[in-house]
Amino acid sequence: MKKCVITVVGKDTVGIIAKVCTYLAETGINILDISQTIVSGYFNMMMIVDMTSPSKSYDDVISDLDKLGEEIGVLIKCQREEIFDMMHRI
Amino acid sequence: MINIFEVTETNKMVEQENLDVRTITMGINLLDCASDNLSEVNEKIYKKITSLAKDLVSTGNDIEKEFGVPIVNKRISITPISLVGAAACKTPQDYVTIAKTLDRAAHTVGVNFIGGYSAIVSKGMTKSDELLIRSIPEAMASTELICSSVNVGSTKTGINMDAVRLMGHIIKETAEYTKSDDSLGCAKLVVLCNAPDDNPFMAGAFHGVSEDDAVINVGVSGPGVVKYALESVRGESFEVLCETIKKTAFKITRVGQLVAQEASRRLGIPFGIIDLSLAPTPAVGDSVADILEEIGLEHAGAPGTTAALALLNDQVKKGGVMASSYVGGLSGAFIPVSEDQGMINAVNAGALTIEKLEAMTCVCSVGLDMIAVPGDTKPETLSGIIADEAAIGMVNQKTTAVRIIPVIGKGVGETVEFGGLLGYAPIMPVNSFDCSAFVNRKGRIPAPIHSFKN
Repeated sequence: MKKCVITVVGKDTVGIIAKVCTYLAETGINILDISQTIVSGYFNMMMIVDMTSPSKSYDDVISDLDKLGEEIGVLIKCQREEIFDMMHRI
Repeated sequence: MINIFEVTETNKMVEQENLDVRTITMGINLLDCASDNLSEVNEKIYKKITSLAKDLVSTGNDIEKEFGVPIVNKRISITPISLVGAAACKTPQDYVTIAKTLDRAAHTVGVNFIGGYSAIVSKGMTKSDELLIRSIPEAMASTELICSSVNVGSTKTGINMDAVRLMGHIIKETAEYTKSDDSLGCAKLVVLCNAPDDNPFMAGAFHGVSEDDAVINVGVSGPGVVKYALESVRGESFEVLCETIKKTAFKITRVGQLVAQEASRRLGIPFGIIDLSLAPTPAVGDSVADILEEIGLEHAGAPGTTAALALLNDQVKKGGVMASSYVGGLSGAFIPVSEDQGMINAVNAGALTIEKLEAMTCVCSVGLDMIAVPGDTKPETLSGIIADEAAIGMVNQKTTAVRIIPVIGKGVGETVEFGGLLGYAPIMPVNSFDCSAFVNRKGRIPAPIHSFKN
């Protein structure tokens, strides 16, 4: 399993999760976990996803998510999970 | 499982606090390129570098994209060229042809520096070492991406004062050769004592003879991250201060370890070491001097600076050592004047002198780094400064270095602009009392005694 962390940060609006999840479903990326908070009006979401067999390359997924973020008005990042594991777990 | 706060913390370090991996440096052994035919040497060097490092830059870029951490530099270090060219080079100009080949290879693979145009002369100088050293000014003037270093001493051998004297003249000559670019050549030339074999940082990087055929070394960074972490413990005790630095250093180093392992796996080249140095850039918020200010000094250079730096450097190592499987290289906080906005501010405010910088190098960093001095500084004075710094390294069993730029045509009060990561620097005054009778003595300073330590 190739786990990745997708983070979405920006001003809260209707349909952020829906749009991101729709894209992931269309691209064959399975969502393993979602957590979300709103801090002083700012939407903060983290998803752990399985990128074992997406229908697009990693590069394309990153640039698609970038574009999607621009459309919604939020910042979307997709990173391999190991970076967080390394930093926060011994 | 990772939680949202941990993810946010990591991303904040990258987005707001300038966390990055400073360099992935591929060390390449060139000893097998030696021959008594110069054009054959050049051809073999070009071939070996461009085949081993052909994917270095793209691999670095892929890792950067996948993990979301910037990898600022991709670089190459090579076997000291005075060894590789010994059989083929009969004149300094012969060595310059190798410099040009290295520059061409660096351009082809897309790295931003290649280090190892070097000679190790800590005890004595062979004919080929001397030829290489004498070729440095022309080599620096006729190439773009080459870094050169000369190791003039060590704790075990003492200091080769003949080499120290020669380097005073070579630095001056390099400044003259590159005077149209504000003597930029000297920014890529460093004189070392106790140079390590596995340093990934320029300008002193070379691939030592004790190393594998090829190796991946990684330099981490993150002064901004340490600075931000310390903002939350203002006024707290030294215990809290030190714990905060250690924890932050651990996290920063883990990122370097991950990147090093990943790069090593993808390139099929063994992982060498992580260099734990805190390395600043001229960007605001990416400064070691800012950390010293956050610890409680008005400016770097104020009384207390040496103690604060000793503490910082030690805690970074203590935190970083556990985060990496192999630590090496220089592993000390860097305080290059031109590459650190806080250091530049301290010089401009009159808080920092060369003498205080020299004292600071006793407890950390690699030495007097990226210091611009007046263009009319005498070669003997430069040699005196080098000898002082080498003596600190020799006696304290640590690496020290001098990267000093006598900016031809400029004097104290003026500023010199090197551009990019090399930054800009105010020209600092140099103690102008004469030391030529000292540096003009022939021979070497004997190695120091290793007992009766006081």
